[in-house]
Amino acid sequence: MAEIVRHPKALAVNPLKSSAPAGAALACLGINRGMPLFHGSQGCTAFAKVFFVRHFREPIPLQTTAMDQVATVMSADENVVQALATVCGKSKPALVTLATTALAETQGTDIARLLKEFRAQHPEFDHIPVAAVNTPDFTGCLESGYAAAVKGILDAAVPETRHAGKRKKQVNLLLGSHLTSGDVEAIKDWVEAFGLRPLAVPDLADSLDGHLISEDFLPVTLGGTPVGELATLGEAAATIVLGRSLHPAADLLAERTGVPDWRFDGLMGLDACDRFTALLAELSGQKVPEKIERQRAQLQDTMVDTHFMTGLRRVGIAADPDLLHQLATWLAGMGSEIVAAVAPAKSAVLADVPAASVHVGDLEDLEDLARAGAAELVLGSSHAAATAERLGVPLLRAGMPQYDYIGGHCKTWVGYRGTRQALFDLANLVVHNHEHIAPYRARLLVRDDREASQPQAAAGGRH
Amino acid sequence: MKASDIAALLDEPACAHNKKEKSGCARPKPGASAGGCAFDGAQIALLPIADVAHVVHGPIACAGNSWDNRGTRSSGPTLYRIGMTTDLSEQDIIMGRGEKRLFHGIKQAIDRYSPAAVFVYNTCVPALIGDDIESVCKAAAERWGVPVVPVDSAGFYGTKNLGNRIAGEAMFKHVIGTREPDPLPADAVPPGIAVHSINLIGEYNIAGELWHVLPLFDELGIRVLCTLSGDARFHEVQTMHRAEVSMLVCAKAMVNVARKIEENWGVPWFEGSFYGITDTSQALRDIARIINDPDLIARTEAVIVREEARVRAELEVWRPRLEGKRVLLFTGGVKSWSVVSALQDLGMNVVASGTKKSTEEDKARILELMGDKAVMLKSEGARDLLNAVYELKADILIAGGRNLYTALKARLPFLDINQEREFAYAGYDGMKELVRQLALTLESPVWEAVRRPAPWSAKAMVVAGPEMGDSPDAEDDEPAAPAVGDAGFDPLAAA
Repeated sequence: MAEIVRHPKALAVNPLKSSAPAGAALACLGINRGMPLFHGSQGCTAFAKVFFVRHFREPIPLQTTAMDQVATVMSADENVVQALATVCGKSKPALVTLATTALAETQGTDIARLLKEFRAQHPEFDHIPVAAVNTPDFTGCLESGYAAAVKGILDAAVPETRHAGKRKKQVNLLLGSHLTSGDVEAIKDWVEAFGLRPLAVPDLADSLDGHLISEDFLPVTLGGTPVGELATLGEAAATIVLGRSLHPAADLLAERTGVPDWRFDGLMGLDACDRFTALLAELSGQKVPEKIERQRAQLQDTMVDTHFMTGLRRVGIAADPDLLHQLATWLAGMGSEIVAAVAPAKSAVLADVPAASVHVGDLEDLEDLARAGAAELVLGSSHAAATAERLGVPLLRAGMPQYDYIGGHCKTWVGYRGTRQALFDLANLVVHNHEHIAPYRARLLVRDDREASQPQAAAGGRH
Repeated sequence: MKASDIAALLDEPACAHNKKEKSGCARPKPGASAGGCAFDGAQIALLPIADVAHVVHGPIACAGNSWDNRGTRSSGPTLYRIGMTTDLSEQDIIMGRGEKRLFHGIKQAIDRYSPAAVFVYNTCVPALIGDDIESVCKAAAERWGVPVVPVDSAGFYGTKNLGNRIAGEAMFKHVIGTREPDPLPADAVPPGIAVHSINLIGEYNIAGELWHVLPLFDELGIRVLCTLSGDARFHEVQTMHRAEVSMLVCAKAMVNVARKIEENWGVPWFEGSFYGITDTSQALRDIARIINDPDLIARTEAVIVREEARVRAELEVWRPRLEGKRVLLFTGGVKSWSVVSALQDLGMNVVASGTKKSTEEDKARILELMGDKAVMLKSEGARDLLNAVYELKADILIAGGRNLYTALKARLPFLDINQEREFAYAGYDGMKELVRQLALTLESPVWEAVRRPAPWSAKAMVVAGPEMGDSPDAEDDEPAAPAVGDAGFDPLAAA
């Protein structure tokens, strides 16, 4: 069990943390025709929007209650009602997520009451569910805001029912923020391979995988979980939950519908994949398909091939808690040592990270810990690129944002095939950065090597 | 910041905008607003000062979602790229520990990174709970002997534009005029040439484009005392009052700095641009004219003749490929006219220009450049923008990164002109990069490929979908395109 260490620093340097409202927006972006709305100043929204636009390389719908000085000092209640009415009227969303920010929460907002006021004033928008969630920037991180919004969306759109199992083939998937759109696609395929019907909530694979649509422009998300389907969550045979951060959301769904659930922290590595596959076989009553058996065998082969590059490899990882846990578990299973593990906020899952300690901190902490632990490789977002450069080690980009790595947003990490590709990528980084021993030229040997005078041949280096 | 201070900043006598309705300063509309806040603007304006520790005082969103996010480059220190924030927690806010945290945070930044100065950006939450950052900065500067500059830029004060101005005001109040320029080393001065000093205000060295222009200044014996703020150093900002002329490079945003330097130290200023051959030459001419050194004027003319001939010759091969192509330019402020000139230098046909952040003077310049047929687009809505592209039969959209993926989703050639871009377009040599990027997207074979339906499908790709709902940031309370010369045009009626 990892020791959790907090750093008593006044200043966060090279922040690892992205804000909770941004996470809430991300959850909403996985709902079809969704529209996230921040209750705060314009900048809160603009920054989150640019953050996602640059990560996904997609247009991102995101709106604001636009608190100005008067609203901030007097009252911003009217802004919320007006913003909801404007967004519902103009963009015709299927669902709105209203997320608070630090500004609104410091002022003291009551969004549940404001939502009631909106309903009373605008009955014409009764058909549009609104998930109102408290996500002040001063607590949690992207992951916790995402989890709060998933719970809020379920709360807003799932009725109290007792029809579990009515749809015998349907398996609900509650998917955490540590999964990419590529991951979501792979997980849905995996479930379908057993003749089951996955219903992913949220479904980033359908909205933010990056695909052209026939319309030239949509003011809302261009894919994701259909809101109409959310009501059928209660009729599914089972729910599979991916990510410890989603346990409160899973509890709500189970309580409201009685659908039994199975919970996984992550899906990288042979162990987690095997447990997931065995569960699908059990739920479907089907034999594991040949194709999946083959993928499993391929992963095993790759594990054997790459253990030379991963074994005893000293690794530093900085990521939100669920992703940190998934990556660290995968690498520990390949014989690597996690010498630096940093998360931006506390979470129960951190205690289970296979490392001596997990630090709640920033990328400056990662840099110091990685240097002290002589890390040979770093895993983190594009923000860690400069960190890795100063450490003189390669970076395997994981998490958000990935500004400088095309396709990073849709890379598949989970499943037998995803894990296999991730092992290839990591092994290649290690091979290409292999440190050679510096040649030694014995004084007592007489040779006439011309190329020996070239400086790069004289020193140790990488190829 | 007091409401009266904000009002004073909004009332900018040197801004032509000031005389008319303050459209740029109108209250944002809840649920239908786009664009950044005052903090965003302040940070954009000052972050390029490379040897300063930029500390954001607030909860995580302000710095956490925005740091390490701009294309500005430094020729030396990289301290500006280190993100720093007090990352205020709930306890800090409830218990009122923000000021203490900031004070220690400043010390932490000084101890570990030895900055030339510390800039402290105030954000919404500490402004709301009343943290006195000015006093904290003063106390910290006295205690540790490093300049600490408060930039009171809470997001709710207003727009990005106001934030630019707040940043300029902070420089004027706390930095400019606090030091004399270092003497130039004797061997740096070309023999027989009198060196003159200038400021470039609002030049951010995006993608390093300042470095396209600096060699010309070196050649002419013009010393750039300070760029505010591309590739600048703190000590250079301190000496801005000793310039002979200030050139306002990008928008009117920091016009207050230029005006106040003129009022206090008598340094004249003018507005210019380094986009395009014509404008680059004009900027060089204006600098020489205002400095009024006959020798400099003569040498400047010679450089202009030489450079224009060189670049025009190099651009000649590109001209037939770009000539007559129809451009819809959608960018605010000064770029709405400065880029027009650059495109016209290439024989391209600018069919409309966005004027959202432009001043009356900017608009007048557009008219002057584009003539009667000038269409000015006021709306920011993506739907209106695409409709205008169709209606005006534009071949390419040139806009900021915010509209990049809107254009690409609609399968339209696109050129990014704003601050996040990765290519340098300024100066004579910038034109070569500009034509390459224009041709690259205009002539790309991908457009035909992605517009073509699948062989097994009769479904036409790319349909305009206004029935799918409008973008909330479209303005419905104002006409989307007050067409100046072409009164019959209404983009909302298109599609």
